[in-house]
Amino acid sequence: MDLFPLWNSLRIAGISTVIIFFVGIFAAYYIAKAPRAVKGVLDVILTLPLVLPPTVVGYLLLRVLGPKRVVGAWVLAAFGVKLTMTWWSAIFATTVVIFPLMYRTARGAFEAFDETLAWSGKTLGLSNTFIFWRIRMPACREGILAGTVLAFARALGEYGATSMIAGYTPGRTATISTTVYQLWRTDNDALAFRWVLVNVAISAVVLLAVNFLERRRTPRRGAA
Amino acid sequence: MSLTVDIEKTLGAFHLNVRFEAGNGVLSLLGASGCGKSMTLKCIAGIERPDRGRIVLSGVTLFDSEKHIDLPPQKRRVGYLFQQYALFPNMTVRQNIRCGVREREGADAVVDAIIRKMHLDGMEKLRPRQLSGGQQQRVALARILVNGPEVLLLDEPFSALDSHLRLELEQEVRAIIRDFGKPVLFVSHDREEVFRLTDSIAIMRDGGIETLGEKNAVFADPKTVNGAALTGCRNISRITPRGETRAYALDWGVELELGRPVGGAQYVGIRGHDIQPGDGENALRCRVAEAVENPFSVTLLLRPLDAIAPGALVYRTSKKHGAHASQALTVHMPHEFLLLLKE
Repeated sequence: MDLFPLWNSLRIAGISTVIIFFVGIFAAYYIAKAPRAVKGVLDVILTLPLVLPPTVVGYLLLRVLGPKRVVGAWVLAAFGVKLTMTWWSAIFATTVVIFPLMYRTARGAFEAFDETLAWSGKTLGLSNTFIFWRIRMPACREGILAGTVLAFARALGEYGATSMIAGYTPGRTATISTTVYQLWRTDNDALAFRWVLVNVAISAVVLLAVNFLERRRTPRRGAA
Repeated sequence: MSLTVDIEKTLGAFHLNVRFEAGNGVLSLLGASGCGKSMTLKCIAGIERPDRGRIVLSGVTLFDSEKHIDLPPQKRRVGYLFQQYALFPNMTVRQNIRCGVREREGADAVVDAIIRKMHLDGMEKLRPRQLSGGQQQRVALARILVNGPEVLLLDEPFSALDSHLRLELEQEVRAIIRDFGKPVLFVSHDREEVFRLTDSIAIMRDGGIETLGEKNAVFADPKTVNGAALTGCRNISRITPRGETRAYALDWGVELELGRPVGGAQYVGIRGHDIQPGDGENALRCRVAEAVENPFSVTLLLRPLDAIAPGALVYRTSKKHGAHASQALTVHMPHEFLLLLKE
C-alpha cells in the first residue's frame, strides 16, 4: 500500500496547524481585548468557515486563487507559480477551515485569564513579551493545546475544499480523505477500508489527547 | 518622597475626580465599593489611563495629560499589592519573587535575603496554590519589596483572609510599612483596619474625595453623612435649626443642644458607644425595640417615643444593665459627642 496519502495528509495538517497556531492566537488575543461591537462583527466573519460547507469554502478560495482570478493570476504572472492543484494548495483550504477552531478555543482561554496577573507583571517591570509567553500562555495552556489538537484533527479530515483546490493526483496531491473517496469510487473496497482504519486510528488518538488535556484542566498539578 | 495625584476620568456614568498629596506614611482611601478607590490606584499604576490630569511620584512625572507624558506601568516603580495577590500560578515561590528583581546581577542573593526576611524558607519550590492565604500575601509582598517601589498601593490586602489571620498579617504589614519610609496608599472599606494602619484618611464618594485629614480628626469630625457612616456612626438624624446652637432632630423627636453654632449642618449623628444611659443633657425617652446580645455587650435598637416618624437608634451598652425588649429607657446625648453633618 502506497503510504503517500498518509504522509501528504500529515504534512498538510502539520503545516496548517503551525500557521494557524500563531494566527489564531494572535487574532484571539487582540479580539478578546476589542470593544464589544468590533468583537461581535469580527466573531461572525472569523467563525463563518466553521459553519459553511467545505465546498463553499473551496469555491470561494478558487474565486480568489484560481489561475484566472485576481490573486492567482497575479502570482502566476509575477512568480510563475500556480496556486492550485499542487500538494501545498490544500494548505489554503485547511488553514481557512481550521482557523475558527483555534481562534475560538484560544479566545475562550484568554477571556478566562485573570487580568490582574498581567497587571502585576507590568507593575513589576516585566516586559509585555515576557508576560505574554511566560504568564498568559502558560495559564491558558490547556485551552490552547486543546484548540491546537482539534485544529490538527480537523485539518487531517478536511475533504471538500481540499479536493476542489488541490484535486486528486495519486502520488502528488492525494490525501487520506481524497484517497478513500477515489478508491471507493473505483470499487477498490479493500484498500479504501484500510485507509478508513488508518484515519479512524489517527482520529481516536487525537481525541484521546484532547480528553487527557481536558481532564488536566480541572485539577491542576498536585505536587510541584 | 511624595505622591501628587490630580486626575479625572469618565467611564460611562461614573466620573472620577480625585486630587490629593501623600507624603511618607500611610494614606487610606475609605469608601463604599464602586466609589473609585481601586480605579484611583489603577490610574497611579498605569493600568487605567486618566482622561486628564497629573500624577507625580518622588519628583518623576508618571502622567501629565498636558505634556503628553504617560509612563508605562513597567517604568512607574509602583508596588501594587492586589486583593488576591496575583501570584503567577505556573511559577514557584522563588520564581515569583525573582520576577520582581529588576537587576539581573546579584538577583539570587536578593531573593535569598527577602525569603529569609519574610519567613518563606522551605517554601521556595512550592507553587502559590499550595500556600495558605497568609503565605501567599507574604510572597506577594516579598515580590513587591525586591522590586524597589517608590510607593506601595495596598488594595484591600486582608479581604481574602480568615478573620483570625487578619490581625497577624496586619501586624506584619504594619512592620513593613514602618520600614518602607515612602508613601503608602491603602484601600479598604473596613474602618477599624484603616484606623489601625494609617496616618491620614481620605473619605471617598461617587468618584471624589469628600474629606481628607489626619485619622483622629476625620473620625472626630467626619463632616458628611457618608463620612459618618463609613467611620462607623450608625445613628444619624435630619435636623431643623432652632436658634443659634440648638436644633430639632426630626428622626429622634428631640430638641438638641449642640454646644456650637448649627452652621450649615443638615444632620446630626452620634456613635452607638457615645450614647449615655439615664437622664442628662439632650435626654431622649425610648422604647427598646430589640436587644441583641454580643459576647461582652448588648446592642439595643431604640425607638424614640416622641418622634413623629421615629428612626431607630443603635446603642451599644454593657450587659450588666440587663435591658430587655419593649422596656422603656431614657438615654442622653452629651453635646460633645454629637457630630454635625452635611449631605
